This record gives sequence, structure tokens and C-alpha cells, in this order.
Amino acid sequence: MPVAPVHLRDGAVAIGGRPVLRGIDLTVPAGEFLALLGPNGSGKSTLVRALTGLRPLARGELTLFGTPFERFGEWHRIGFVPQRSGAASGVPASVREVVTSGRLTRRRLLRPLGATDRRAIDDAIELVGLTDRARDGVSTLSGGQQQRVLIARALAGDPELFFLDEPTAGVDLPQQQVLADTLRALKDRGSTIVLVAHELGPLAPLVERSIVMRDGRIVYDGAPLAEDDVLGQHHHDHLAADQRGDHAPLVRSPLEGGGR
Amino acid sequence: MNASELLSYPFMQRALLAALFTGLAAPAIGTYLVQRRLALMGDGIGHVAVTGVALGLVTGWSPTWTAVVVAVLGAVLIEVIRERGHTNGDVALALLFYGGLAGGVLVTGLGGQSAAQLQQYLFGSITTISAGDVIVTMVLAALVILVCVGLAPQLFAVAQDPEFARVAGLKVRVYNVLVAVLAAVSVTVAMRTVGLLLVSALMVVPVATSQQLSRTFRATLVSAMALGCLASVGGLTISAFASYHATVAPGPTIVLLSLAGFVVTWPIGAWLRHRARLHAPFADEPVGHDVTDTHPHDHGPACGHVAVPHDDHVDYVHDGHRHAPHGAHYDEH
Repeated sequence: MPVAPVHLRDGAVAIGGRPVLRGIDLTVPAGEFLALLGPNGSGKSTLVRALTGLRPLARGELTLFGTPFERFGEWHRIGFVPQRSGAASGVPASVREVVTSGRLTRRRLLRPLGATDRRAIDDAIELVGLTDRARDGVSTLSGGQQQRVLIARALAGDPELFFLDEPTAGVDLPQQQVLADTLRALKDRGSTIVLVAHELGPLAPLVERSIVMRDGRIVYDGAPLAEDDVLGQHHHDHLAADQRGDHAPLVRSPLEGGGR
Repeated sequence: MNASELLSYPFMQRALLAALFTGLAAPAIGTYLVQRRLALMGDGIGHVAVTGVALGLVTGWSPTWTAVVVAVLGAVLIEVIRERGHTNGDVALALLFYGGLAGGVLVTGLGGQSAAQLQQYLFGSITTISAGDVIVTMVLAALVILVCVGLAPQLFAVAQDPEFARVAGLKVRVYNVLVAVLAAVSVTVAMRTVGLLLVSALMVVPVATSQQLSRTFRATLVSAMALGCLASVGGLTISAFASYHATVAPGPTIVLLSLAGFVVTWPIGAWLRHRARLHAPFADEPVGHDVTDTHPHDHGPACGHVAVPHDDHVDYVHDGHRHAPHGAHYDEH
């Protein structure tokens, strides 16, 4: 049995002294495709930020690939795809330059790119289907294409474990389908994927396990839910009655949610 | 008066060397400041350095070195406030602007020094630079250039997306402080060339000019350094020749020459961006089959209408319509 890439026991996160996540027990086995679902403010993004070390844990023990977080240094095994920020940086950067920065996890200081590095960068750009746009400025791409650039950047370091924070937010439906194809390719390579989503849309068939969060706690952990269940329209054993309505995870119809 | 005669003056040789190195170093670090949207950080550090210069004038130590020390402290303070404070970076910068400038003027007065001496540092006095100062300028500028180019992959990643950089295992805080310190060093390097009040212009304007035409970070960095060099050496030369007819200070000449470069390139950049927007491919699906009314004009590659790729065909855009060829007629897309 290979060691689990992510293991968190009794994790809690406090922001400004106020507890935001409580009592999180989570183990992600190698090769799993896990979706973290929940309404806005439920703590799903905070959980991913805690698992990547961007938010310190107030309590609990986090191990990544069997190493306690404090001693963890194998960052090349992790690929992080943050939420696409609206504001581009102040200086133009090409697709290839942004993807190249993902290779830093495997590069030594003051060394130029080697042949292996270049190949990994080319492969990453090709996998997300942006080879013909590699020289273009990132700011000239559409939202979905920019999201694929961020996936390629994570991919360039050849990681085993991916964290994706709301990759489909603000991306139109055809582009969501392209994203889903990209993630399927990653899954087929045996990558472990932890995905935060407000709505799954075309990603739904890929998900092997769903975790639903509400008010900083895990309220459901198990087999993927049908969209109706996540919507809370049907009574479900795992979701108590009071978890529906306002607080229920909202998965809008992809057709309504996709337009920009 | 010709160029070789001008070059034969030792003070001019020193000034040109200082201008060359300053012109390369200031835009190099400026590119990272602009990338972080901290274009005014150089200004803030420059104002803090005024206090450093004043301390040097009053105590009799070298104003260059007291300015370096105070500017580095100020820059690190700005970085700490920015990281910890959760307040807007611009408020932190504003506090240091006014504190630094007021402190400098006050200390100069208290020490019984004349304002004229401080003014050398406020607006530059490149032609009075000493041989020792030229060497210090060259060494510090070379250091800034080496770090900015050598650590470019790391500095780029940290400025582009600090959170991604952290998860990639980079020591983001170390790099942030490094950029702040390099900015402070560049400010003191450029202090003698263009003066503390104009130093930020040499860090920012060449970057603003080069990104009008560049699409990549590397091209922006390299061309900003070339433009900065051109502006500082060119501005110094212009002011040297013009000095025979009128009082022309080198510092403002350098800055205005740099700005002139921006004024010339901006319309070109604006036109290129406008054109790129017009020709961006349409992604949406055609709704239904909407045939145009009788269309007297034949669209083609040479017809002069804006041709925009749309899936597997080309839309011709004119008068608020998108016309796609479909057999013998045109569809409205």
C-alpha cells in the first residue's frame, strides 16, 4: 500500500483568531480524484490553502507523502493551480514564460534551462492545447485559456499531486469541457487530484469521491453525489434536513452558470 | 565644441560612466517593481533616502553610504508594512514619503547645512561626481544588474504569483526583501545621476515604454534596460551640449528624454492593442441560420474589411455586421 499523498488529522484553521475550519480528518490515497464541494464561505478553499501550507494550521497534524509538513521539502511532487486572479501582473508575460516558472521546483539556482526542462515545458503546454499560443501574452487569452496556462504551469514540474482551486469559475461551457479533457489526461497518468469546485459541470464524470463542506466542517464524505443531491432538492441520508436550503451546496445548471 | 572634446574632460568621462551604469540598473529592478504594481516604491524609498543624505551631511560621513543604509531600512520597512499590515501598500508608501522628506529637510536645517547642498542630491549633480563615487556607483549598479538578471526566473515567479511560488518551495519573503533592498540600492545609485526626487522615473518610465511593444517579460526587461541606458547617456550628452547656451540640468533632461520615448511609443502600442482586439477570433456559436439581404459586395482576403477567424471559417466585419460566406450568400453571425 503506497503512502497517502495527503493525510490531515483533526485539522483546524483560524483566521484572525476566529476558527474557520474545525475537526477536519482527511486522507487522500494515491491516484484518487477528489472534489471538495460546498457553498461560498464553507471553507473548501481554506482547506486547500491549509493543505498546501498557505494557511497555517491552528491545530492538527498534516503529513504530505508521509512527511510531517514542518519537514516537507519535496515541493516538486506538488502542483498547485490557484484561483485565477482577475488582475494580471503589471508587465506582459508570455504563456511559455508563465509555464516555465512552474519548472522552478526542479531547477537549481542560477542554472539555465536544460533539455529535460524544455521538454517538460513543451509537453505541459501541449497537453493543455496551447502550443500555438505559447508566444502570446497571457493577458490576451480568454479566461478558460488562462486557467489552462495555470494548469500547464503546475504540470511543468511533473508533480504527482495536484491541488486545483475553482478551475471552472468564470469559464464558459465549451472551455470547461476542454478543462475536463485535460484533467482526464492527468488522471489517466495516475496523478492524485484534489479539486475545489462550486459547480462541477463537465468535470462531474471524473470525480471518484466527493467531500461536501459547510461552515468549516466536513458534512459529507463518500461516493460522488448526483447534482440534485448536492443541490439539496432531494432528501438524502447524508445531508440532514437543515443542511439544505440557504446553506446547501449550490450546483447551478451548467447552462445557466456557464455564460459570461 | 564637438564630442571628442567633450569626452576629453575627466568630469564628463566620470559622468558618462555613472549614467551608463545607472541607466542599466534602475530599469532592471524597476521591471520587477512594475510587475508587482509597486511603481511608486522607488519614489517612496527616494524620499526616505533624503533623511539619509541629511544625516550624512550633518555628521560628516559620506552621504552616499548613509543614504544606502537609511534607504535599505526604509525599503525593508515598506515591505514589512505591506506584508503584515493588510493596509494598502499605497498608504504605507505615503507615510514614508512625507516622513522621509520632512525628516531630511529638518535634519539639514538643524545641522546648519545649506539647502543648496541637499539640492545636489534631490535633483542630481552628475557632473560633480568624484572618482571614488563613480566606482561605488559602478560596483553597486553591477550588483543590482547581476541579481536582477541572474535570479530572473525566481524573481519573476514570485512577483507573478506569490502563492504559487510559495507552494513551489520558493522563500517568497526572502525574495521580497531582496527586491526591496535592490530597489533601495538602485535609488542611491541613481541619486547622483537624476536626483532622489526623479529617481523613480528612471526605474519606471523605460519599463512603461518597453511594454508598449513587448509581449514577453524577458523582452520587457531587456528593452527597458536598453532604453534606460539610452535615456541617461543621451540626456547627459544633450544637456552637456546645451549648457553652452543655457542652464540645462542633466537630471531633468534624462527624465524628459525618457518620457519622450514613452510619448512616441504609446500611440503605436495603443494602435497595436486596438488591432489585436479587432482581430481576436470569435468563439461563440452562430445562432440559427440567418441569411443576409442581397449583398452587393464580394468579401475576400483583399476586400479591406476586418477579417476575423471564427471556428472553421472567416467572418467579415463591417457596419456592425459579421458576415460569413455560406455557399452563394452570406450568413449573419
